[in-house]
Parts: sequence; structure tokens; C-alpha cells
Amino acid sequence: MSQVKVEFHQADLSKRKLLKAASLGGAALAVAPGIKLFQAAHAKPDGQPVTDKNRWGLLIDVNRCADGCNDCVDACQTENGWGSGSTDEQNSRDDQKAQWIRKVSVKDPQTRREFNMPVMCQHCENPPCQDVCPTGASFQREDGISMVDRHICIGCRYCMMACPYKARSFVHEALSDQRAHQPRGKGCVESCTLCAHRVDKGKIPACVESCQHGAMLFGDLNDPQSPISTKLASIPSRQLREDLKLNTGVRYTGI
Amino acid sequence: MESKMAMTKKTAYETVSEHGLSYWLVLAVLAAVTGIGFLAAYYMEHNGHYVTGMNNQIVWGLPHVFAIFLIIAASGALNVASVGSVFGKVEYKPLGRLSGLLAMCLLVGGLGVLVLDLGRPDRLITAMTYFNMKSIFTWNILLYTGFLGVVGLYMMTMFIKSWGQYTKAAGTAAFIWRFVLTTGTGSIFGFLVARQGYDAAILAPLFIAASLSIGTAIYMLVLMWIYKSTGRDLGDEVMTRLKRLNAVLAVATLFFVAVYHLTNLYITQHHGVQGFILVSGSVYTYLFWLGQVLLGTLVPVALFWSPSFTGRSSITAGALLIILGGFSMLYVVIIGGQAYPMDLISGMQVTSSFYDGEIARYTPSLPELLLGLGGVAFAVLATLFVVKVLPFVPQSLADQSEA
Ligand code: SF4
Ligand code: SF4
Repeated sequence: MSQVKVEFHQADLSKRKLLKAASLGGAALAVAPGIKLFQAAHAKPDGQPVTDKNRWGLLIDVNRCADGCNDCVDACQTENGWGSGSTDEQNSRDDQKAQWIRKVSVKDPQTRREFNMPVMCQHCENPPCQDVCPTGASFQREDGISMVDRHICIGCRYCMMACPYKARSFVHEALSDQRAHQPRGKGCVESCTLCAHRVDKGKIPACVESCQHGAMLFGDLNDPQSPISTKLASIPSRQLREDLKLNTGVRYTGI
Repeated sequence: MESKMAMTKKTAYETVSEHGLSYWLVLAVLAAVTGIGFLAAYYMEHNGHYVTGMNNQIVWGLPHVFAIFLIIAASGALNVASVGSVFGKVEYKPLGRLSGLLAMCLLVGGLGVLVLDLGRPDRLITAMTYFNMKSIFTWNILLYTGFLGVVGLYMMTMFIKSWGQYTKAAGTAAFIWRFVLTTGTGSIFGFLVARQGYDAAILAPLFIAASLSIGTAIYMLVLMWIYKSTGRDLGDEVMTRLKRLNAVLAVATLFFVAVYHLTNLYITQHHGVQGFILVSGSVYTYLFWLGQVLLGTLVPVALFWSPSFTGRSSITAGALLIILGGFSMLYVVIIGGQAYPMDLISGMQVTSSFYDGEIARYTPSLPELLLGLGGVAFAVLATLFVVKVLPFVPQSLADQSEA
């Protein structure tokens, strides 16, 4: 178990470490057994087209997700301009405000074990949101990222009814304070984009980058050599609601 | 065949004109309620849905209850026409035209409410040009539009003499279409696999039975009102037949409701949501037992069936109660089904800032109610207006023995 944790930590810091290591001449690269750090960086090189060669995913270690920590949620808000990351949604009630990612506290009533985990769009391979969407606004990129095309979303909210994870939010009022890269709008539905705008520039999602505890690992599920794939191959992990057979891109370990 | 021809010939249809001021007054009130419905929709769209009781947990609120109520009522209202031309029951034939008209008007009212509750109703064109054929919602949009076309043709075969030979064929097409339409509407919920309240194939037949019952009740009310306000003869034979039919349909609905809940109780995973609806003491429990079962089914069935109730007022009361029961049923299914939390990890208790693991709260707001009522008012207004300009209603529906 301790080894799992070590590796998570390294993978998480991979990007920054890689840059640092590179400047050190790459000498200190072999930190963890089984992981080569220059693979751990594993985001998409900037400017490359989106293809089905990649399938981006996350692995979340609930044992590392700290009680009371909200860093990933805060980072998402700042990055994507919702919640505290925007001055909008002043009129909406709490139950009407958008939440792209949330911390869920879990308790096993039998053993009384407690743990936390971030929950966001699980980027299903067979997404129910997309099956039901009348206009095709709910769509999936070639690389497995699920998104809403805000130009053709009619705000019917059927995708919200269909999503098993409550990953989607409806915008209940007019907005003005938004990020240029992340347009949002009244009457449309939105959700986690796995920071596609960052991924397309070769960066990792804001939540993953912000996690101080190494609880989140981002990478390419299609590449058997990627840290996330090697990790998934070596430790037990689960999908939320695996009974629905959605083959989610977000996996959890330690549940 | 002989008697059928004779019957058809005998029925004289006439536009409704022999009424007093009260008819106009009712039209005016309905027009006002329709107008207020539009204003309410504008208010909600202009501000955004924050002015409603809906939220990110209860995403389909009261307008959806009204819309789906009207849509399934539309399919049920056509029942009377079907019985006449598809099953060849001559006694029902004179009732066919009004039945078709009412069906179309109810459907338009329901679709109107559905569209005006969209987050972006201004993108209606988008909805009609971008189709995701995998979506049951898309299929429903096509089914609804098609329904208007098929029933429209069916009506024309009743109006245009030389088309009369096609009435049965068109009626059969409309009859089949209507079943598919209600099945499709029920399937909107059946497809939501993750929600425990909906994951059941029985919802489609349940919706069909409920639609027949509600549609017949609305038909009776409209029929009685038109005849009363115009002083035309409406015999007890016709009404007794209709109310008996409605009683049977209400019992059939209750049967499917029982099957729905019993099969769900059999599935251990669904115990939670069933307990929540049936015994938890929530608003949905009351709506179910009081609204749907007692007032919405048992009382009207007694009113329709028992020989001790013979007058028109007992039929009116029964029909209103059937409508109340149908509405309660849809409220319980649509809102109650969303209020019960989804399982994120089975067997675990979950909490979060996004209300995971909690019963979702929902208080319908006034604009939502006004929009829904506007849809109902529009449907009735359109029906009552069209019978004034086109001959939809038989001159007389007096008992055969008297005629
Ligand atoms: S988690 Fe929900 S919103 Fe995300 S892809 Fe799956 S069904 Fe769609
Ligand atoms: S709300 Fe938008 S994205 Fe969701 S199903 Fe409707 S049109 Fe599609």
C-alpha cells in the first residue's frame, strides 16, 4: 500500500518534477520503481489534434483524499469560473448553483469506516447523457472527454435526469463573469470538461495539479505504458455504479 | 353494416352557436389564463430558472407534470373516436370528431408547456434541425408531430364525404400511433436506468392505462359542458356508456400501479424508493394514497359504477377526481422519482455540498403553476373555439329510445 501512495505522489507531481528534472539534466529521474518520469508527464503535446488514440482518464485514491481539504474544488472554480471563481449566480439558491466537482463524504454504516472523494463527470465511454440528448449537444470527443456543446443545448435537462452521478448543473440565471476559454450561459447545462482546454495544451487538469495529497492521477488510458494504465493494471480499482457498465474514464481506488 | 350506415347518416353535426353569454365568458376566461401562462413563461425565461422551485436536484418540476399530463391525456382523449371507428361500435361514432379535436388541442397545449419550460426555448429551431436519433426524446418529438398529422388526416376522413371509406384505415393508424406515443412518453422515464424510481418496463403500460382513463374523463367534461351550455340533448345512454368505460380504465390503471409497486418491492435495490413513496410520510406518500388511490380512483369508480349515483353532477365530480388522480400519479412519478437520492456507492452513506444522499426538496413556484394552467386553458380554449367554427359536435346525442 505504501508503494501505491508513493507512486501516486510522484505521478501527481510529474509535470513540475519533469521540468525541474529536465533542467537538472535528467540525472535524478529514476525515483520510483516501475515508473519512468518522462512518461508520467503524459499529457497531450500542445497543438496535436484530438484523436481516439488517447482516452483521458483519472485515477482517484480515496485513502489519500484528505478530510476537510477542498483544493481540487477550489482549483476547478478558479480555472473554469464557477462558484467562488466567479461573481455570477448571486440570485440562485444554493441548490440551484452549479457544481462541476464536489467532495463527497462516504461512510460505511457497517464498519463505520469513513473516507472522502471528489466526484465529477466520470467521462463515461457509454454516456447515458449522450444517449438521451435530443439535439446531440451532449457529445464525446474522440479522446473520451464528455462535454456539452453550448451552442445547441436547448436546456431540456434530460441529460441531468440520465446521469447517474449528478455530474451536471443547469445555469439558472444570466452570467457575465466568465473565463474566455470556458463560456457558460443561462438556460444551458454544463459539467466537468476534464479541463479539455488545458489538456489540449499539454497540461493536466486543474484539480489534479492542485491536489497536495497526490490523490489524483491523470493520464491516457489507451496507452498501456502510461502511469495511470500501469497503476490500474497493478492495483484494485472501481468505477462508481459499475453495475451500469458505463466504462467510466474516472476510476477510484481504496473504496 | 346497414345499421352503421344508417347511424352515420343520421348524425347531423353543427357548429356551436346556440349559446348564451356564458360561453363567451368562459372563452374569455380561458384566453386570459392562457395569456397569463405565456407571461409566466416569459418571466421565467427572462430571469432564468432561479425564480422557479426547480434546482439541480429536481430538474423537471411542475411544468413537466402538466406537460406530460396533457400529452398522455391527448392520447387518451382519442380513445372515444377509436372505439367508434376501429372497433366499429356505432354508438360511439357520433362522438369521434370531438374526440379527435380534443386530442389534438391537448397535445398542442402539452407541447407548448414543454417547450416554454426549456432553458433555451428560443432554440426551438435547433431542436428541430439537430436530431440525435438515439434519443428517445427525439423520437417523442417526431411521435408528437406525427400524431397531429395522423389525427388531422383521420379527422378529414370524417369531414370529407368522399374520404369516408378511409375513416377506418386512418382511425386504425391513429389508434396505433397513439399507443406508440404513450409508450414513448412512458419510456422517457423507463430509460433513466440510474434512477431507482423509474427503472421499470411497467411504466409504459401504466402510462397507457392512465392516459385512457384521464383522456376519457376530460372528454366527458368537455362534452357535458358543450351540450349543457348550448341546450343540446345529451342522453343518459351515452353518458352511462362513457362513465362505465372510464371506471374500467381507472381500475386497469390501478392494477398497473399495483404491479409497478409490487415488482419494485420485489427488487431489493428498489426498496428504498418504494418505502419513500409508499410509507415514509412525505408529501408523495399522501399524494399517492389520498390523491391517486383514494380520491383519484376508488371514489370516482364508485361514483361511476354505483346505481345510487345517477345525476350529471356525480359524473362531473367523478371525472374531476380522475383528473386529480392522474395528476397526483404524475407528480409522484416525476417529482418523487427525482427527490429520492441516487445510489452512488451501494451500501454506503454519502453526503456532500451537492445534496448527495439527501431527499431533494422542491416547492413549486407560482409561475410554474401558471404556465401549466396556461397549457390546460389553451387546450380547452382551442377546443371550444373550433367547435364554434367547424361542425364537430352532433346536433343531438339524445337517447336512441327517445329519438
Ligand atoms: S458522468 Fe454523467 S455527464 Fe459525465 S459522461 Fe457520464 S453520464 Fe455524462
Ligand atoms: S440539456 Fe442540453 S445537453 Fe442536456 S440533454 Fe438537453 S439539449 Fe442535451
